Amino acid sequence: MSGEVAVLGAGMHPWGKWGRSFVEYGTVAARAALADAGIDWRDVGSIVGADTVRGGYPGYVAGATFAKALGWQGARVASVYAACASGAQAINTARAQILSGLADVVLVVGADAAPKGFFKPAGGERADDPDWLRFRVLGATNPAYFGLYARRRMAVHGDTLEDFALVKVKNAALGALNPNARYRKEVTADEVAASAVVADPLRLLDICATSDGAAALVLSSMEFARRHGTTDPVRVRAVSTVTPTYPRTVLDLPDIATDSAAVVEPSEETYRASIARAAYEEAGVGPEDISLAEVYDLSTSLELQWYEDLGLCGEGEGAKLLREGATSPGGRTPVNTSGGLASFGEAVPAQAIAQVCELTWQLRGSAGARQVEGARVGISANQGLFGHGSAVIAVR
Amino acid sequence: MVAHWFAGEGADFRLLGTRCSACAAVFFPREDAFCRNPGCAGGELVEAPLSRRGRVWSYTDGRYRPPSPYVSDPELPWEPYTLIAVELAAERMVVLGQGVPGLSVADLEVGMEMEVVPGVLNEDDETTWTTWHWRPVGVGA
Repeated sequence: MSGEVAVLGAGMHPWGKWGRSFVEYGTVAARAALADAGIDWRDVGSIVGADTVRGGYPGYVAGATFAKALGWQGARVASVYAACASGAQAINTARAQILSGLADVVLVVGADAAPKGFFKPAGGERADDPDWLRFRVLGATNPAYFGLYARRRMAVHGDTLEDFALVKVKNAALGALNPNARYRKEVTADEVAASAVVADPLRLLDICATSDGAAALVLSSMEFARRHGTTDPVRVRAVSTVTPTYPRTVLDLPDIATDSAAVVEPSEETYRASIARAAYEEAGVGPEDISLAEVYDLSTSLELQWYEDLGLCGEGEGAKLLREGATSPGGRTPVNTSGGLASFGEAVPAQAIAQVCELTWQLRGSAGARQVEGARVGISANQGLFGHGSAVIAVR
Repeated sequence: MVAHWFAGEGADFRLLGTRCSACAAVFFPREDAFCRNPGCAGGELVEAPLSRRGRVWSYTDGRYRPPSPYVSDPELPWEPYTLIAVELAAERMVVLGQGVPGLSVADLEVGMEMEVVPGVLNEDDETTWTTWHWRPVGVGA
């Protein structure tokens, strides 16, 4: 397919709370990806950084910050911000440059040094910022929204706290096998149930932590990959970056209210489902073709929602799919084989890139104890604040 | 802190949105610049009070003190508050708000009828910041 780009290299800095600068994490991940690709940094034609919004001014100029840290060598540079979808937009920017012939080899880097505890907006009195307003007016943290979604699923689909806990049990068991994960310990359902409630009905172990971490990819044109001697690379076949459709009827971060559907009939498809559909259409594959999925499990219940949004099962059937083992190792479509955010925590600009690192290792067959047998097609799914879609389909 | 999001006293208390005079789309929080309906060429946006009552779409609470800019007294023990997403039938929209003080998640159910009432967000020696709260219908002030 002419729209494909090759994944030559993937690398990470292990996730955790390391107390160092995002620049350091990103540079480690970048060097790892370059080494994995067998590419000298001086041969990279373009670098794209996914922005962090904390860590001061350099966070907004991530591409140049990483280029400087690696050593100025004259590469084309770009920085992108799309909240949690920043990594996907960085991949998309790199892909667009490659497909348009602007660059043969592009280094994509995302890294963050996250604060402890709840995410919060930048400082100051900023009543024109919806993210600031939801904290000031309502005290509505990210987990508050996850709690709303979880309680809604319980009321509408009959999901139980035990179903949610099973997601954590599954992802923690996978994270225990992943050397890049922050949490590498198995968790039992009893431990989830015994953890403190953060936002009813969700408990501490239902909600992902904030972490430091970094991930990087080296992408190239298919022709460059061949010249480089990489005959059968993992390929990125689709990147979905779609925005929502008005009226948006599911309450979403950071909004205080939904759009009104009184005048315009809403789409039957939710925004999250449209993100996945756009990726499927671009890649020419469907849910039945997917060998594994990396989804954005900010909370355990949200992972179940993604099963439905990805079309792995019908609406309301997420918990059933989980209970059947379809999304567990050895199941039909293992989900979050990396351990997910449950095991990594959030490092905002890095996580969508980290998802694609996991897809790459799985599709290469190099995921070790986490390996999904015969993986051929992988999808990542994510969603960024302020209406940023994010899904990547990679194939082998 | 945010001007003209609500008005009125007692039973006349209402959330204030805006309505596009061209396509009749409703916005809350109020949209005063441009109509956001992509199929609308754009009309004047006029203030429009929202329905006083709706039904619980979902609810949660905050067991830990939220970070700034939420204002709370760090000297006092943290008292969890409820957050309730209420679906307004006429506007076909969901509006998030804190529940009235003293309300707990044990008092709530998806589908329960709620009404909007005035409340206090926080106060210091000089200023009282007012807000809206959701209260179950039939519960006295």
